[in-house]
Amino acid sequence: MGGDVELDVALDGALDGALDGALDGALDGALDDGEHRGGSAVERLLRDLVRRAEAEQLLDVAYRVVDGPLGPLLLAATPRGLVRVAFAVEGHEAVLQDLADRVSPRVLHAPGRLDEAARQLDAYLAGRRRAVDVPLDLALARGGFRREVLAALRRIPYGGTATYAQVAAASGSPAAVRAVGTACARNPLPLVVPCHRVVRSDGRAGQYLGGADVKLRLLLLEGARHDRDEGGAPRGARAGGDR
Amino acid sequence: MRAERGPEPFEAVVRRHGPAVLRVCRAVVGLDAADDAWSETFLAALRAYPRLPPGSDVRAWLVTIAHRKALDDHRARRRRPVPVGALPEEGDRAGAVPGPGSWREDLWEAVAALPDKQRRCVAYHHLAGLPHAEVAALVGGTPAAARRAASDGVRALRRTWTADPDDAPGGAGAAGGTHEQRSTTQGVLRGR
Repeated sequence: MGGDVELDVALDGALDGALDGALDGALDGALDDGEHRGGSAVERLLRDLVRRAEAEQLLDVAYRVVDGPLGPLLLAATPRGLVRVAFAVEGHEAVLQDLADRVSPRVLHAPGRLDEAARQLDAYLAGRRRAVDVPLDLALARGGFRREVLAALRRIPYGGTATYAQVAAASGSPAAVRAVGTACARNPLPLVVPCHRVVRSDGRAGQYLGGADVKLRLLLLEGARHDRDEGGAPRGARAGGDR
Repeated sequence: MRAERGPEPFEAVVRRHGPAVLRVCRAVVGLDAADDAWSETFLAALRAYPRLPPGSDVRAWLVTIAHRKALDDHRARRRRPVPVGALPEEGDRAGAVPGPGSWREDLWEAVAALPDKQRRCVAYHHLAGLPHAEVAALVGGTPAAARRAASDGVRALRRTWTADPDDAPGGAGAAGGTHEQRSTTQGVLRGR
């Protein structure tokens, strides 16, 4: 076994190459041998880790992705409540990174915490519910004005609409119409905080972070009377149907 | 881009490094204790993760945690009288790893049979991909010594284990060597 260091180093390099293939492949295979169908050992261990993390209050951000008529939606919650709803067009990986940056990097896929929100959202999108009524965490909406705007949005009833100017007035800053548009575009909880009910003063639906077509579908789902192409007078909020 | 931002979601860390850390755990503490070692490692990592300095080598950090957990476990076992059979035996392993391909278990047995330092150096360098210098920082000694231990370990593995049983140079002799070496290792683990 080589007193000669150079030979040893050369041999080591050769073994490295041989080993990386054969040994590592075999060890990978040995790993896979132990797996049950439908989930690798790491998947199983990860599920267990999520349970322990929750028990030890280390699960700062739980998330899951649900499928529905608007495509895959990412839902994320802190222990305080639902913190983020994201459309696929926002890029779910980017959304998770944003949560890691701005809330906590302790982000784990943990569907259980989001069961209730997912159930209610599904019912809402199927027209069986008028609101998603779960605890919310507004950690991603920083600043007094943005919180005011979100509070004003939540007062627009199902089936109703309001203009950006009306929301600005309701938020206590009548001149801040453009800032209301920005606050809507950055709404961390679309669908749940109904920014889709804010329409342009010419009656058109206007932009939406999930896409303008999605906004129209939501207004249609809720039966909101808004003028898509007529450019009529703003209707403002009207009461939703019977509750 | 990611390096300039904060750490990535922990979920991504587990998915990227979880399999390698599990291989390391299986090599270092054995198949039976590996799952617990993995869980303890990632729970500790999750706890400390927000304080991990940006730009850290996450793989090396995880292996370091696993290494310390294994040492703690090893010390705890040495403090307690160890009942005979507490160390994984062949039968236990067969139970822990059901299914076909039992020849692969021979490899884990061969890894388990390596002397302590060789086993760790093989695991950290060959299974986790850490450079010899980082391995040396974990196991002590110089990088050259870590390299030597890893290559000695690999050579021992090549003697006691071959990927293709048909090519085994004297299967019975190799198997005998494995058992002999394992009992020696167990003696070392128990005795010291």
